Amino acid sequence: MNELLSVLGQAVAFGTPILLAALGEVVAERAGVVNLGVEGMMALGALAAFATAQTTGNLLLGLLMGVLVGALAAAIHALVAVTLRANQFVSGLALTALGLGVSGLLGQHFVGSPLLEPLPGAEFRIGAVLLAIGVWGVLYLTQTGLILRSVGENPGAVDVMGISVVRVRWLAVLFGGAMAGLAGSYLSLSYRPAWVDGTTAGLGWIAVALTIFVGWHPVRAILGAFFFGLLYHLAFRLQGRVPSEFLLMLPYLLVVVVLSLAALRRQQGAAPEALGLPYKRGER
Amino acid sequence: MIARIMAEPLLSLQGITKRFPGVVANDGVSLEVYPGEVLALLGENGAGKSTLVSILYGLYRPDEGEILLEGRPVQIASPSHALRQGIGLVPQHPMLVGRHSVAENLALGIGSKLFPAQRIVPLIEKIAGAYGLNIDPQAPVHTLSPGEKQRVEIVRSLLGGARILILDEPTSVLTPQEAEALFKVMRGLRSAGKSLIFISHKLEEVLAISDRITVLRRGKVVDSLLVAQASKARLSELMVGRSVSFDRKRSQPKLGQPVLQVRGLKARSSRGLEALRGVDFTLRSGEILGVAGVAGNGQSELVEVLSGLRPMESGWVELGGKTKNIRANPAELFEMGVAHIPEDRIHMGTVPSMSVAENLALRQYNQPPLAHGWFTDAQQLEANAKAKVQEYAVATPSIHTPSGLLSGGNIQKVILARELSGIPKLILAVHPTYGLDIGATEQVHQVLLDKTLQGAAVLLVSEDLEEILSLCDQVAVLYHGELKGPFAVESATRESLGLLMTGGVV
Repeated sequence: MNELLSVLGQAVAFGTPILLAALGEVVAERAGVVNLGVEGMMALGALAAFATAQTTGNLLLGLLMGVLVGALAAAIHALVAVTLRANQFVSGLALTALGLGVSGLLGQHFVGSPLLEPLPGAEFRIGAVLLAIGVWGVLYLTQTGLILRSVGENPGAVDVMGISVVRVRWLAVLFGGAMAGLAGSYLSLSYRPAWVDGTTAGLGWIAVALTIFVGWHPVRAILGAFFFGLLYHLAFRLQGRVPSEFLLMLPYLLVVVVLSLAALRRQQGAAPEALGLPYKRGER
Repeated sequence: MIARIMAEPLLSLQGITKRFPGVVANDGVSLEVYPGEVLALLGENGAGKSTLVSILYGLYRPDEGEILLEGRPVQIASPSHALRQGIGLVPQHPMLVGRHSVAENLALGIGSKLFPAQRIVPLIEKIAGAYGLNIDPQAPVHTLSPGEKQRVEIVRSLLGGARILILDEPTSVLTPQEAEALFKVMRGLRSAGKSLIFISHKLEEVLAISDRITVLRRGKVVDSLLVAQASKARLSELMVGRSVSFDRKRSQPKLGQPVLQVRGLKARSSRGLEALRGVDFTLRSGEILGVAGVAGNGQSELVEVLSGLRPMESGWVELGGKTKNIRANPAELFEMGVAHIPEDRIHMGTVPSMSVAENLALRQYNQPPLAHGWFTDAQQLEANAKAKVQEYAVATPSIHTPSGLLSGGNIQKVILARELSGIPKLILAVHPTYGLDIGATEQVHQVLLDKTLQGAAVLLVSEDLEEILSLCDQVAVLYHGELKGPFAVESATRESLGLLMTGGVV
């Protein structure tokens, strides 16, 4: 019994960063913007949070910096993919490469000096679940959510109502970045309170895949994230019994599994209709 | 009537001019709209109706001229600005979010901050009830018929407080019965004091619903007249600039042997649903069979099966005496004499970024004389293109111009020239004149009629009943994948076909 509780606890702990990042991606994709830069934004957020906390000793200031830097990284994607209408997939991939590279380079200084007093994880876990419910409420019960969902389905219909599609998409992408930054901060301030290069370990990619798997629905993302947290944790228990290369490969394998499952469940049908399409007035 | 004319116009356009590179879309257009009237804006495609609508709705700014609302000059900066000033548009293609409910669509941008979709329902019901617009606020929009979507757009304009409603080609997607229901709503709105601008190129409808008619031709107003002074002949003359005959175009057909026999044909749509549920008909050489029906009742699937683009599930098809191989592909069928004039002429009928010459060669690029082995013969390609451009009078700057830059009518001519080269036995023509002006339409009709005299059979899929009634020998209606008919054209009327199109029995 205790064993089971411990496994479930680990699953939730591991699922929390996935959930936080996936919520951000749900919001961005509901506005029609795919951001494949989650992994990179998460890494940048993690480093910013850790570096701030380590140098100032203020954990909450670190958290804030993590969120801000995540949003700032997302602004690059918003500029390229929303304002300049470049290919969203290429821009996102570039952001991931950039984020992983920059965080690895700037983080060298912090390797090997863990935080002595990390943030407690329980608040993060509860907060992530509450955020998921909050995102659901905003999406489905408010005018803001209605506008956001409409932008992802048919931006032209929003444009004729005199609402700026570009502004809505910018805000959604920034929110996505802030959430990825928050997920990264959780990793570096609480879950694994030290800086190692590659601390995100493919979790950002799982968040992207999970967004599809849960059909772009924030509440279903809670269960999905914890389910993958569980898979992750169980695989880690095999450490020593399977080659470590397998464990390193795991996140990417999981992405393939997640997408295959999603395809089997025909979740793709739930994709926002204008997902991935830049909006230009007067084009159909 | 006199009193209305004496009244102050609600909206007045004075000398509106709008230029695009190389074209004057609106050239000094002036017109008035009075309170409580239906003004028809009549004109061919390209006459400047859409540009004028876009100006009224704030999508374009006029280069010259003034818009006066109740005598005061106004600037219309955007669609939402237009609606705030009381001008609403019911667009030709609805601007709705298919996955959202009617209430969610109508609450977008104007509903309350919290629970917008729930709180707007009473307002929708009030307006819908007042004007007899029957809609279910909870229904997802993608389940609605084109007529219902139109009603949602009308309610949206009314919710926004529109006093002037612009209806852009509203009947183009409706059956005759649905169009009649729309006219009833329009009359209700008129008696409630709303002004309506009805854009159309269908003369019967304009005569049936309008109080006044303004005719546009090549960007200019050619005349504004009261409906009592108008007739079909007069209007068409104004519209086209010459008199047009409305008689049946078909002379006595020369019927021959059966070219195509279809028995018990079943096929599924791309979504896996039953699209054709046992279709039977026979088409003889020299015969034109018209297939009417509301879009999505199996017309696309029927043509796709017959052109080799879609596998059939059961049944058999006999073409020119040979039972057709179910796995036959479009190229083989073309060799067997099946010409296909597809529904989507830009993306399916042509490759828009390729030149006119290349598009004209698409059926025979890999055969002599256009090809020698693996190589194409550039000279032959040009010669082929020049001959066809001349034969079909394609207006193109050069044979090297990308076909996507041509007008719809000229793209259609390129397709006709390519598909009808050689001696086709069976011509599958899907909406061949949709969106074309009267001149191009007449040419397409003439080409089809000429080919039947040379022995071709034509399967004409069209939503334009006038076209079907004036060209075909036999008519049939597809409804839910079942073919009603064929009937001899003499026994069919607009009304009987309209009933069959909506599942009624005659």
